[in-house]
Amino acid sequence: MSLVIHNLHARVVGGQQILRGLNLEIEKGSVHAIMGPNGSGKSTLSKVIAGHPDYEVTEGEVLLDGVNVLGMEPDARSRAGLFLAFQYPVEIPGVSNANFIRAALQARLAAGEELEATEYYGDLYKEMDRLEIPRNFTARSVNEGFSGGEKKRNEVLQMAMLKPSYAILDETDSGLDIDALKVVSAGVNALRGPSLGILVITHYQRLLDYITPDVVHVLVAGRIVRSAGPELALELEAKGYDWIRDELSEAALAAEPVHA
Amino acid sequence: MSTETLSQLDVDRTRGDFHYPEQHTFDAGSGLSHATVDYISNVKGEPDWIREFRHKALDVFFSKPMPTHWASEDLENIIFEKIRYYLANAQRPTRSWDEVPDDVKRTFERLGIPEQERKFLAGVEAQFDSEAVYSNMKKALGDQGVVFVGSTDGLKEHPELFKKWFGKVIPTGDNKFSALNSAVFSGGSFIYVPPGVKVKHPLQAYFRINAENFGQFERTLIIADEGSEVMYMEGCTAPKFETATLHSAVVELVALKGAKIQYVTVQNWSANVFNLVTKRAIAHEEAEVKWIDCNIGSRLTMKYPGVILKGRKARGEVLSIALANNGQHQDTGAKMIHAADETTSNIIAKSISIGKGRSSYRGLVHIPKHLKGCKNNTECDALLINSTSRTDTYPAITVRGSGNSVQHEASVSQVSAEQIFYMQQRGLSEAQAMSLSVNGFVNDLVREFPMEYSVELKRLIDLEMEDSVG
Ligand SMILES: Nc1ncnc2c1ncn2[C@@H]1O[C@H](COP(=O)(O)OP(=O)(O)OP(=O)(O)O)[C@@H](O)[C@H]1O
Ligand SMILES: [Mg+2]
Repeated sequence: MSLVIHNLHARVVGGQQILRGLNLEIEKGSVHAIMGPNGSGKSTLSKVIAGHPDYEVTEGEVLLDGVNVLGMEPDARSRAGLFLAFQYPVEIPGVSNANFIRAALQARLAAGEELEATEYYGDLYKEMDRLEIPRNFTARSVNEGFSGGEKKRNEVLQMAMLKPSYAILDETDSGLDIDALKVVSAGVNALRGPSLGILVITHYQRLLDYITPDVVHVLVAGRIVRSAGPELALELEAKGYDWIRDELSEAALAAEPVHA
Repeated sequence: MSTETLSQLDVDRTRGDFHYPEQHTFDAGSGLSHATVDYISNVKGEPDWIREFRHKALDVFFSKPMPTHWASEDLENIIFEKIRYYLANAQRPTRSWDEVPDDVKRTFERLGIPEQERKFLAGVEAQFDSEAVYSNMKKALGDQGVVFVGSTDGLKEHPELFKKWFGKVIPTGDNKFSALNSAVFSGGSFIYVPPGVKVKHPLQAYFRINAENFGQFERTLIIADEGSEVMYMEGCTAPKFETATLHSAVVELVALKGAKIQYVTVQNWSANVFNLVTKRAIAHEEAEVKWIDCNIGSRLTMKYPGVILKGRKARGEVLSIALANNGQHQDTGAKMIHAADETTSNIIAKSISIGKGRSSYRGLVHIPKHLKGCKNNTECDALLINSTSRTDTYPAITVRGSGNSVQHEASVSQVSAEQIFYMQQRGLSEAQAMSLSVNGFVNDLVREFPMEYSVELKRLIDLEMEDSVG
């Protein structure tokens, strides 16, 4: 059981090519990390997997437990078990957090089935407590007026509530203070287990101290150029990305510059 | 036959879109003339003063031009000669649903009216085309002196009260359509609440149009005597026909000293209905009038509920929600005429435009110079779902003098593709995501509504969003 990204090519609809033959496999129970320079295509990868309408896939496939999800609507992908913690979570005025998460859970039930309210609030409060989110948060509009850190916590709360089988966390650590980073990491770690595959996208080794990945990948110019154990992250932290670019053959880079 | 008709009818998701074969005992025929007015007056057996009132009103109607110099050109598409102005089976409503003819009873059952009556209403009047077929009120209210009858019974049985206020809040010549209503009105409610009586549960009227090429012209007059309280709710539906249907009501409210009236409308006419309604209230000293006005249906709605704040410390409020989908124009708003010191008014209008839908807000706030301590707050917010949607705001605020305060805020926002994607990523379909945004947009207003109506409104919004995506 895994999320397989095979030879994925994608571009902005009617625009520039961003992903150029990307391969990745995330097994259930494992944690993979992607690092890579700004603009290399990390968020694009996560949005293409989730089905964002700004992008079109020109080649390749994305298999969720063997099922190609590329023809599916974003909501169907979500209900199939895919979760994306956004780099920039969106504000939804007037819709309370409690109602939003409830609607998302309700959407997973068969027609005619109703979410049980007391059970729902029980679960919600438990997860909120774990993430040290205050109770008044349930009545506030989704992400509206939230601080950067609060938004990221909210993403992890939604992930905990929706119980996906594969979760992509796009820079969930950025904007978090040191204490919040610990709390959120603990929250993610609590969800780790044999029924969840995680892909964390980050710029900082610091996060990986808390959420130890099984594999670290480097994404440059729309494809994975290197994969290794957690020690790779330490190396990147120390040396930056230039040495990887240098090691890659001049020819490949000359044909497809990093910032096309 | 009717049972068969019912089973053949595929229940459309737009709950009101079905109709039964017509069988009318009383039919004024197509077109409008003084003979039409006489027909209606004869059938109703009205006193002379009201017959004369009608004839005069018809002349006013003929003499007035269509308001197309400021309003929608679409008004030109109303063919007055093709409309039927009076259709009814019987003259008097029954007090028991069992006595209502089968087809008609089934209509109201499908619309859930008897059930609501059992659950939370103090009284119900159900109008089918031109006349009420059912009208009943809890006995305890009658014992307290509360009157809740149709307009014809009102003018016959309570002539003093009726004459005193009828046509006084909204004069015949207020506009072309108030004149039309004054000429051919039929149905609607007459309500009188005696001093100090507080009607706990709402009184409800349901207006149903069944016939094609028809005009419904109900006339409502509500008088809340000193210190009394009443809430009136109205709902309406019609089947969707190819040809235009006209609904043109006049509603007058009188809140005497210290009285409170709440008037709630959930308008869900089908998309071929021209809904041209005049609604106004007079609020005397320390009285409060609140219009809650939700416009979801119709082809063109023109409606600007108003309050004339006539007595010191009177308070007027309009809370309105308009939803304009493809092919719809919701031209709504509010009027607040301050005519005494320390009067306050509040207008909150929210409109949602979907697809090629168009919503317009027209507001009028008038505070003359000699008044002191008057306040108005106006807020109008528009939400656009697509880039083809349209909204316009035409506020007219005339405030003279320095002892008064007016606050006006307006906003236009659009549901972004990023919001929809975010919600879809959490598992909500596009339609669910849009109705969640729309519900979020109107949420703070809906909280002010009676519970039963906020549930209904939410359901209607969900249906509209499903249709707009599907
Ligand atoms: N919808 C879009 N329209 C135009 N250009 C886009 C769009 N989405 C992404 N891009 C471009 O594609 C490239 C990759 O963007 P992406 O957001 O995937 O980078 P990233 O690796 O996540 O960067 P960061 O580390 O800064 O978050 C950038 O040059 C970006 O400007
Ligand atoms: Mg990014």
